[in-house]
Amino acid sequence: MSDSKKSFLIINRKAPYGSSAARDALDVALTISVFEQPLSLLFSDDGVLQLLPEHNAAAIGQKNLSANLAMLEMYDIDQLYVCSRALEQRGIRPSDIKLNITLLDQNGIAALIKQQDQVLSF
Amino acid sequence: MIFSIVITGAPYSSQASASALQFSKSVLKLGHRIHRVFFYADGVHSGSALAAPPQDERNIPAEWAELAREHELDLVVCIAAAVRRGVLDENEARRYEKNGHNLSPDFNLSGLGQLVEAGILSDRVVTFGA
Repeated sequence: MSDSKKSFLIINRKAPYGSSAARDALDVALTISVFEQPLSLLFSDDGVLQLLPEHNAAAIGQKNLSANLAMLEMYDIDQLYVCSRALEQRGIRPSDIKLNITLLDQNGIAALIKQQDQVLSF
Repeated sequence: MIFSIVITGAPYSSQASASALQFSKSVLKLGHRIHRVFFYADGVHSGSALAAPPQDERNIPAEWAELAREHELDLVVCIAAAVRRGVLDENEARRYEKNGHNLSPDFNLSGLGQLVEAGILSDRVVTFGA
């Protein structure tokens, strides 16, 4: 393993169910944290739906993703950014989200992306 | 510049793998290096040696294998994503007691650590999604 550090940003753009994207992104996030690299997560587009609490995934035969997201802090993954416009468009209030998040507007998102060495998008 | 490539779309139901091929060929032609190509999610189907597209269509898995031989590319297929989609090498076929295996010999199965390591050692990681 290399000693050098790279900052990673994972952009979550897809809904929690309906495709494997959300789970795939989460697996990558956990692996990055194992490698102890600086990591931020950005939730945009339908990806903000991942942040809603109390998913009832069993009803469609899936594993519950929100439980895994709640575990992120245990892995020291605490840089969670959310696109405020995506929340607004979907009628979600920031207070609906039980995780510790930072809201960003379009300029904030551009600045966040610019700060990163590597950006992975799911 | 050192690039790594991530592909998350299946070869014949998305443009991801074909675009990644074009991109890879271009950066190599321009004299850049590709540290690793990582196939994740449905991207793992690019590693199948059994793909048999019609004669007048591109054989995307074969093109990857050819490019890898030409430029000694490290083609890594995410093992967790692959085994659940039935893309197995001989070892995994034995482990899961399957009577066949289909991973092209120019690809290797490995873990997500290979994706993160590629990010650490590359100047740019470019993702081709579905």
